[in-house]
Amino acid sequence: MMTEPTIPVTEDELHAYVDNELPAERRSDVERWLAAHPADAERVESWRSMTAALHARYDAVINEPVPRRLDLDRLDHRPRRWIIGAVAASIVAFAVGGAVGWVAHGAATSPALLQNLAGEALDAHRLYVVEVRHPVEVPGDEKAHLQQWLTKRCGRTVQAPELEATGLKLVGGRLLPGPTGPASFLMYESASGERFTVYATKVGIEAAQMRYTAQGNTSALSWAERGVSYVVSGGSDRTRLTQVARLVYDQSERVGG
Amino acid sequence: MSAFRQSVEAMIPALRRYARALARDMDAADDLVQDTLVRALRSERLFLGGDLRSWLYTILTNLNKNRRRSLARRPHFMPLQDDNPDASGTEAEGRDIERALATLVEEQRAVLLLVVLEGMSYREVADIQGVPIGTVMSRLARARAHVRAVLEGERPALRRVK
Repeated sequence: MMTEPTIPVTEDELHAYVDNELPAERRSDVERWLAAHPADAERVESWRSMTAALHARYDAVINEPVPRRLDLDRLDHRPRRWIIGAVAASIVAFAVGGAVGWVAHGAATSPALLQNLAGEALDAHRLYVVEVRHPVEVPGDEKAHLQQWLTKRCGRTVQAPELEATGLKLVGGRLLPGPTGPASFLMYESASGERFTVYATKVGIEAAQMRYTAQGNTSALSWAERGVSYVVSGGSDRTRLTQVARLVYDQSERVGG
Repeated sequence: MSAFRQSVEAMIPALRRYARALARDMDAADDLVQDTLVRALRSERLFLGGDLRSWLYTILTNLNKNRRRSLARRPHFMPLQDDNPDASGTEAEGRDIERALATLVEEQRAVLLLVVLEGMSYREVADIQGVPIGTVMSRLARARAHVRAVLEGERPALRRVK
């Protein structure tokens, strides 16, 4: 029978023992305690296998090649990012593209509603971009009819932006229910099959600055302009998304919704 | 390249590991690392010596807290396929630990990962989270108890007792 340490070992000490935080002179006490208390010994053992499991799962990340977007020189040359609230939201190209007054005018907005719309749009994006046979209700080659129909149903002028300049062709569109009324939903596709969607709906917000939302492999840039909220959704490549959103923005401004 | 930049660069692989375990999703994790680096580079002049490693982990931990707050009401999408398939039979075990981590509350997950995966001292973690050491220890204890319960509940047959 082992002799009990004079001072009983606490749970904190067991953790400190496993994490090498225990004063050296106390270690032998803990070891004797563990020999006499199998339940505690088993607990310590389970924590050790937990450590091993975590390293087994995640240590491989250390040896992965670091993606180029984390290259420090590249990060230096990136335009500054705006911090909205405490969340870093990127409005990259818009800040440098000459639209200087652009971020200033939407100071008082309803972020919750826009956040909500971005969520709706991303959900629709994810739902429909994977569709091969029925991605849209009205195909892009009936563009005039599509615009007419969406204009009537949404109660505002809907014009499908021309995104050929960035290699995107209109696949078509559909009508969606939105939290504030009907929404137009247009889908675009590149030659390589990447898809972007443009979601727009009337909101009670005159203007709101651009925000970036990312979820898994999809991301969106959303803003409001003259009472219409726009959400451009695409993959996880921010630069590409910004390029597309910029074109949509430029045209929505000209057309007026 | 300045000594500061070199030290930051040397930390990227470890920051990615921590972020991957913390955020679970590879893109979200690298977003966190990217935001951390941008902030660190921008604040180079504000960094007056001290522990660069702790500082970077502090930035990342805080960014993640903010990110989670802003996504709190959004559903979380688990990747359909494992982004790091192991060749061996440890794959299932890896997925178990990943799932168990996912069930932890944010602060407990951060403490567990900082101590166990990143090998930080309790003192360093207390500084990173801005809480007393006692809080770090109770978070760690709760995290371990919870993960153990989840692992044993999920795969009792595979529980390893050496």
